[in-house]
Amino acid sequence: MPGTLIYAEVQKGEIKKGSLEVLSKAKEFGGDVSACIIGSGAEALAPELAKYGADKIYVVDGPEFENYVPEAFVQAFAQVAEQVKPSVIFASATAQGKDLMPAVAARLKVGAISDCVDLKKEGDKIIAKRPIYAGKAYAMVEAVAEPQVISVRPNSFAASEQAGAGAVEKVAVNLDASKIKTVVKSIEIAQSDEPDQTEAEIIVSGGRGMKGPENFKMLEDLAKLLGPTATTGASRAAVDAGWREHAFQVGQTGKTVSPNLYIAAGISGAIQHMAGMGTSKVIVAINKDPEAPIFQKADYGVVDDLFSVVPALIEEIQKIKG
Amino acid sequence: MNTVVCLKQVPDTETLIKIAGTGIATDGIKWVISPYDEFAVEEALKMKEKMKAGNVTIVSLGPDRAIESIRTALAMGADTAVHVNDAAYYEKADPFATAAALAAAVKGLEYDAVFLGKQAMDDDSGQVPAMLGELLGIPVVTQVIKIEVADDKSKASVTREVEGGHALLDVSLPAVFSAQKGLNEPRYASLPGIMKAKKKPVDVKKAADLGVSDGPKTVVKELSLPPARQAGRIIQGDDAKAKAAALAKALHDEVKII
Ligand SMILES: Cc1cc2nc3c(=O)[nH]c(=O)nc-3n(C[C@H](O)[C@H](O)[C@H](O)COP(=O)(O)OP(=O)(O)OC[C@H]3O[C@@H](n4cnc5c(N)ncnc54)[C@H](O)[C@@H]3O)c2cc1C
Ligand SMILES: Nc1ncnc2c1ncn2[C@@H]1O[C@H](COP(=O)(O)O)[C@@H](O)[C@H]1O
Repeated sequence: MPGTLIYAEVQKGEIKKGSLEVLSKAKEFGGDVSACIIGSGAEALAPELAKYGADKIYVVDGPEFENYVPEAFVQAFAQVAEQVKPSVIFASATAQGKDLMPAVAARLKVGAISDCVDLKKEGDKIIAKRPIYAGKAYAMVEAVAEPQVISVRPNSFAASEQAGAGAVEKVAVNLDASKIKTVVKSIEIAQSDEPDQTEAEIIVSGGRGMKGPENFKMLEDLAKLLGPTATTGASRAAVDAGWREHAFQVGQTGKTVSPNLYIAAGISGAIQHMAGMGTSKVIVAINKDPEAPIFQKADYGVVDDLFSVVPALIEEIQKIKG
Repeated sequence: MNTVVCLKQVPDTETLIKIAGTGIATDGIKWVISPYDEFAVEEALKMKEKMKAGNVTIVSLGPDRAIESIRTALAMGADTAVHVNDAAYYEKADPFATAAALAAAVKGLEYDAVFLGKQAMDDDSGQVPAMLGELLGIPVVTQVIKIEVADDKSKASVTREVEGGHALLDVSLPAVFSAQKGLNEPRYASLPGIMKAKKKPVDVKKAADLGVSDGPKTVVKELSLPPARQAGRIIQGDDAKAKAAALAKALHDEVKII
């Protein structure tokens, strides 16, 4: 394959895990694998990309790339792509990846495939598998023109270290400032060490059965106990009641997640909720109603009052962990 | 303040999906306005009401049945519509070709802002808004949860959802916005609204009328259903504590997550 270019996204001074995952997958397909990082002080992150196998790293560095501004990033990345002429462009389907990639594709007048969960190679082409109808079906999609622009859902592949040549090339892009029409005033990111739901390996979610916002504390405690890759989620009923922010919502009008473990406490398992978490590797349901539809899909079901089960579960896990 | 709303008709979210070739079987489906697009319609209407002037135009690419969703938006309060009814475009549902067709339709209109949903609830692509902005040559703000337009309509202050929080930004108009949940609560069409909607003008166009010829840039090779999830094991135990202990043990021994 004559060249793959990865968009390596920077957040909080680090390369996003999802970018390293697509980099690892691209290495599996073979051919030249290069990466492009854009950011203020981005050059310092090049060694990280080399560690995960990047043969070449294109760096667009400058204070004008301090914050993500679509019109600036699309110009920069499209210019790098035009220089590198890859046959495939991969990005992680993060909020930023999903914002940037379609704009890049439209600028290059090619197609784009978003939020894929699996990839295979047929000849020179990548066939991407993506959920549609909120995970109720899968489509195998091929991009006809090159570069094929593909974003991959976080957690779809493992990031694995393997040394790459890691040659760094700084690219001076030609930024047309008159095209930059957005000014970022501020970014408010909750000060939390928890991963985003889309990247978390474990999610402890609560629904209407939680009864009130104060009870989410025990789900937070459980998540904390399960480690740094765990976080909490919520059903729409819990979000609509104002107990959790929309950012926590899992489902058709919330986030689509596929963690290794999804624990649903006091969630009935409506089709729109299942659509957002049906691809989780292991589902645990805690619900006092034995008829709750979620038990049809759960790998482990506990029929009982969550207010007894969750605290007891915390105790038992503490015992196991010692 | 003139606005355009791009609206797609999709199957209701309760729909059980059955596959037919590289598409889905459409018998028995209830068709609705894609839920995020309802937020887009509502925001355009609110803006018109606040500015006390302007037109809201609906643009939809879709088959004959899409007219029902277009009429619903007109009944909510939109003024006019363009229905791009061209099978070569809606059948392939390629995001780029869709954006190209919509861009061609939007170009013929007067607008200060274009509203879309953050993603259509059928293909879940989430790509048309950014592509449309690029094709129109105007800025795009995706996943917006709050928009305030300056009185002189020169710019808007926008809050958008980003991973782990929010970003506040200023963008000059015209611009494209994609609606995230939380932006507003869509209104229902009123009875007088439904009556009025019947008389509102809908301009039906083919791609050729709009001068677009971009073909699809992606091809769906195959559709499949996810493997059905089997109901697993109900954890037994005398009381909640015993069940919790058994669950913890299963997570440790079988799932190996603890
Ligand atoms: C267009 C559209 C989009 C939607 N998008 C989403 C979405 O993104 N995400 C989403 O989640 N929903 C979504 N929904 C809503 C969805 O249909 C359901 O209404 C919602 O998921 C219900 O949330 P719930 O399971 O928390 O509440 P309920 O269905 O009310 O279930 C609560 C459960 O808690 C159990 N319970 C109560 N008390 C206890 C207790 N003490 N111990 C144990 N169990 C208890 C009950 O037995 C019950 O099963 C959408 C709906 C529509 C129409
Ligand atoms: N066929 C269509 N007609 C009108 N608007 C569309 C169409 N397809 C997509 N859109 C708009 O683009 C948004 C995102 O769609 P998508 O990128 O397909 O997920 C939708 O919420 C609509 O606002």
